[in-house]
Amino acid sequence: MKIKLGSIASSRSGDKGKNTNVGVIFNSQEAYDWSKKYLSSLMVKEYFSDFVKGDVLRYELDNLLSLNFILEDSLGGGGSDSLLNDAQGKTYGQAILLMEIDFPNKLKEYINE
Amino acid sequence: MKEIVKIANGQGFWGDSIDAPVNLIKYGKIDYLTLDYLAEVTISIMQKQKLKNPLFGYAKDFVDLIVNNQDDIRKNNIKIITNAGGVNPVECAKAIKLKLKNKSDFKIGVVKGDDIYNNIDGLINSGQSFRNLETGEDISLIRNKITSANVYIDSYCIKDALDKGADIVLAGRVSDPGLTLGPLLYEFDWKNNDFNKLASGTLAGHIIECGAQCTGGNYSKWYDIENLSNIGYPIVEVYPDGNFNVTKPKGTDGIINKLSISEQVLYEMGDPKNYISPDVCVDFTSFNLIDNNDNTVSIKNVKGFKATDTYKVSISYFSGYKSSGQLTISGPHAYKKAKYVSKIFWDRLKLAGYDFNNKNTEFLGFDSCHKKMNHKYSGSNEIVLRLSVKDSDKQKVERFGKEISPLITTGPPGITGFAGGRPKAQEVISFWPSLIDKKIVNTTVEIL
Repeated sequence: MKIKLGSIASSRSGDKGKNTNVGVIFNSQEAYDWSKKYLSSLMVKEYFSDFVKGDVLRYELDNLLSLNFILEDSLGGGGSDSLLNDAQGKTYGQAILLMEIDFPNKLKEYINE
Repeated sequence: MKEIVKIANGQGFWGDSIDAPVNLIKYGKIDYLTLDYLAEVTISIMQKQKLKNPLFGYAKDFVDLIVNNQDDIRKNNIKIITNAGGVNPVECAKAIKLKLKNKSDFKIGVVKGDDIYNNIDGLINSGQSFRNLETGEDISLIRNKITSANVYIDSYCIKDALDKGADIVLAGRVSDPGLTLGPLLYEFDWKNNDFNKLASGTLAGHIIECGAQCTGGNYSKWYDIENLSNIGYPIVEVYPDGNFNVTKPKGTDGIINKLSISEQVLYEMGDPKNYISPDVCVDFTSFNLIDNNDNTVSIKNVKGFKATDTYKVSISYFSGYKSSGQLTISGPHAYKKAKYVSKIFWDRLKLAGYDFNNKNTEFLGFDSCHKKMNHKYSGSNEIVLRLSVKDSDKQKVERFGKEISPLITTGPPGITGFAGGRPKAQEVISFWPSLIDKKIVNTTVEIL
């Protein structure tokens, strides 16, 4: 079934030089386990393609049921170089929650509205 | 040795709430209050202030905070740990002393040795490469444009200051989590090979260094929080073995739970298995986070390993000028009009013979933050057009600022919101992250 990532997760983002990090925290162990298999750095790179000029790296934090994505060169320069309204990637966390994903029907009890 | 040490943060950045540190001082049930005033750009501003006047170059707000609350700080026996000294901690300390009712009331421990701006040529000549960590470029590219250079020094300088009896530790560029780790080194006498304990203290500092971002600020499920108006700033209660709780003053708003802390742990995170601080490398995937369901969480079993042989250096340099201007465009077809206005705007600058190294057009209220990611045009009644340029030529950037107001009378109808005059050309300060051998950095503490 098609749902928004925000139905199974929360997020926070911030800047690291020219890069942004987008942390995604899943609401349940089941949703996290699904994400480790299916939420790839390639999908995130594609989703943020208007901004990301470099690679997207993905890290797993099993203890926090979280994935951490590094969006390389995604701010149009470092903090003070950038001409973007959101020069520090503060809003990218909110953006990823609106990403449409194909979530298995059998896990629908883990979807929050 | 204390059985527990309570450390609060009342300032996540220069510009954070002015009441938060005052409230924590009055609350009183803390041993240490940490205050973070320094962002990278802040230091270059301070260096510029110091060049104009050798008595300046620190966070002036901090002087007022201490002077205005000196009785409560003493009464509640709170020690203050801060990086407010910027590039001139000695003058900051003197300014505080000058305004105290009784000059001997506070011993101020001034930390020196992080600011290498005046010695950068000598260091380059003696073989420090200062190669750009991100791009690998050579420092010669920016050598004559450097505006500040500071080493992220380790937290033992804070311990040294406390050992010497400081009531206020006034540093410049210590690491942000080091403001919390420093007093723990002093209280618990942790050694530089107690990696797990150092990692615990660093994680505790990381969680509280952005103030209320761990107590309900920026929280994804903001709609679940009863109230945010009187948001409480965070306190960590740390045990000698390094395990700690995160809490906030009783009766304050906000929320502390597994999610609020997890979100902040992830904030500005790189590789979570290798978070490099001057003191230790921390494995952020190692620990257990326990939600006590009473607006506190407990963190246990943080793992760390040996620090690197280098300190990070933050060098800033002048890299040109930029400017941004905004107009509000209202009425039917607001987006279509805004796009048209931007077209004629850039056309006119081109006709006048101006092109720029970098320019940008954004539609606030439409897609400035998320572009096509969430592209569902709702037929909004108004849009803010934001126009920006960056260039090495100041005159060109100033010319850009003069082209905006004519649009009010020479474009389509319904344009307003041009307040505050022509946007000015601002200097752009860029950053050059690099490393320096730990061996050649010397930090000292002076008690004033």
